[in-house]
Amino acid sequence: MPAKGWIEVNDMFCKGCELCVSACPPVVLELDNEKLTPKGYHPAHIFKDGCTGCAICALVCPDAAITVYREVTKAPASAAAGVH
Amino acid sequence: MAATIVSLENLVYSRPQGFTDTPSHYCPGCTHGTAHRLVAEVLEEMNILNKAIGVAPVGCAVFAYNYIDIDFVEAAHGRAPAMATGIKRVLPDRVVFTYQGDGDLASIGMAETVHAAARGENITIIFINNAIYGMTGGQMAPTTLPGMKTTSSPNGRDVETQGYPIRVSEMLATLDGAGYIVRRSLHDPKNIRLAKKAIRTAFETQVHGLGFSMVELLSTCSTGWGVTPVQSLAWLEEHMIPAFPLGDYKIAPSVAALKN
Amino acid sequence: MAREMWKGNEAIAEAAVRAGLEAYFGYPITPQNEVLEYLSHRMPELGRAFVQAESEPAAINMVYGAACTGARVMTSSSSPGISLMQEGLSYIAGTEVPMVLVNVMRGGPGLGNIAPSQGDYNQICKGGGHGDYHPIVLAPASIQEAVDLLPVAFELAHKYLNICTILIDGSIGQMMEPVHLPEMQPVVRKEYDWAVSGAEGRKRHLLSSIYLDVPTEEKVNLRILGRWREAQANEIRYKEYFLEDAEQIVIGFGTAGRIALSAVRAARALGIKVGLFRPISVNPFPFKRVEELCKQAQSFLVVEMNTGQMLKDVQAAVRNRIPIRFYGRLGGVMPFPDEFIHEIQEMIKKPGKPEDDPADLWYLRMMAR
Repeated sequence: MPAKGWIEVNDMFCKGCELCVSACPPVVLELDNEKLTPKGYHPAHIFKDGCTGCAICALVCPDAAITVYREVTKAPASAAAGVH
Repeated sequence: MAATIVSLENLVYSRPQGFTDTPSHYCPGCTHGTAHRLVAEVLEEMNILNKAIGVAPVGCAVFAYNYIDIDFVEAAHGRAPAMATGIKRVLPDRVVFTYQGDGDLASIGMAETVHAAARGENITIIFINNAIYGMTGGQMAPTTLPGMKTTSSPNGRDVETQGYPIRVSEMLATLDGAGYIVRRSLHDPKNIRLAKKAIRTAFETQVHGLGFSMVELLSTCSTGWGVTPVQSLAWLEEHMIPAFPLGDYKIAPSVAALKN
Repeated sequence: MAREMWKGNEAIAEAAVRAGLEAYFGYPITPQNEVLEYLSHRMPELGRAFVQAESEPAAINMVYGAACTGARVMTSSSSPGISLMQEGLSYIAGTEVPMVLVNVMRGGPGLGNIAPSQGDYNQICKGGGHGDYHPIVLAPASIQEAVDLLPVAFELAHKYLNICTILIDGSIGQMMEPVHLPEMQPVVRKEYDWAVSGAEGRKRHLLSSIYLDVPTEEKVNLRILGRWREAQANEIRYKEYFLEDAEQIVIGFGTAGRIALSAVRAARALGIKVGLFRPISVNPFPFKRVEELCKQAQSFLVVEMNTGQMLKDVQAAVRNRIPIRFYGRLGGVMPFPDEFIHEIQEMIKKPGKPEDDPADLWYLRMMAR
């Protein structure tokens, strides 16, 4: 059963470049056309179920705008930055 | 759903400690940001943020110091390896690196680049190669591809009058002072991971005093190339990798022995 | 303590070492190669940093990097090399970090020759690079004086966060004289609250000369100017000879001033009431003292190895109060004392008027030879 994940996109940094949208393996990301960041971009967001917390979006994000969570069933993940 | 997953123990990735809170000025999708992130992550993982001194270039990354929270100095165009040499020679136990674009490193700064490598300066260079001059509006760079349209090669780079691109990694690898010279790319997740490993090895090379290290990172410039950020990744893969093959160009035996 | 015979360039290098020089980055150019060559063995011997850079632009940027750590750092060059360093000098001034520059002038412009000249006075005193700034420039006239000024140069550079230049010419660089060298001072790196060294236990430091916000750039320029005004008030240096009853005063710096001293001594032996005023700080220039001397002198004779560069500073102080006569030799030609004696005698015979243009009259005399 795939892990359950969630991401939060920081409006201060997201520029709506869509690299994460394109890279996301389960294709759960898109730009939120209902929302504008302070700089006037449409930020990325999860628009449907299926995020596995793989963190590939964070890996490709040039602005380090994404925080990734993955529901852990065994030992807790360490809180250090870096893709596991 | 989100409420239960968002918790400290479920945290997989967050913004690097070594990053400031300043939103970057880079164009959307520009892989400068990715490169900055990898450098910050590596310095943090190696626990050397507090020993690091960065030398910023002239180019789009002129404000690199606004984003990475370490001691920084600003170099004149092309002179970063010389500045880094000056700093490293008086503070040999600090981690000194430059971060340079293709104009800074391979045009006006070519002599400084070659000689820092020839001297085997124990500095690390992060070389962002996007085959164009971003900051000044998209002119031809020493790494611009034949036929590539830029604002100073409007009909496409004509090799007869404008010469051929320079493969810097291959060139520097001929120098005995070079300890670690590799070319990686930032265009997809697999290559970004490989790039991060290379950046780590480069800094390890410096920390162990094993000579000059450079990671050439093929990067995108969607504004300069006139494509969307997502298209620029494909453009890189299709056009730049054949011209600038990814690979390891110089790994000194002592550096190879490090990689466990 | 006994004096030793030293070559100028080498004595200057050793004096810098004894003043706590931590790092030297240079490039060969005649007539200052001995500075580089001497330090290439002396610095490693003492475990200090030395690099022969790939070019003058590289050398000055290595200096720039080391200066950002607060270390005592120096480079040396000569006319064409100084031109190459101008960008770096401007960056160093704009970033407000300290350095010492040894400038051994030679014949020019362009490649010129390797003979002694004073043709770069304007280049270095009026900035030495783009932008509004003023390096402190000290012009010794002998090897001993240069040696004595090296520790001063480091003190001034670090006190005013400025470039301090030791301005000499090829003759001082190449000559050998008995010199008394000072005791070795230890290398002491001051803890500056701006220096980069790795942000251990503190907020990070950023050193840059970029100020895109225009009003901020104005403030920075005013700050730089403020420190320069302090230097103008406090760092005037000069030497006076036979001025008590002098009716004519010769003004010259460096080697021209030294040759003038021989001429003044000879003229005194002939009964001529002439004295010598020799600026040592040519930037800041001793305007006030020159102005004071107008009150006692009937005329000034300005002697230089250029077309009249310090002359303009003298004229600014004199403001047409008394006549000024000018004598210059160019392109690496070194004047002899008897030429200056002749000029002194001519000046007494034909005093000229305060509103005469000394450079113009000199040029006509030169062309009539």
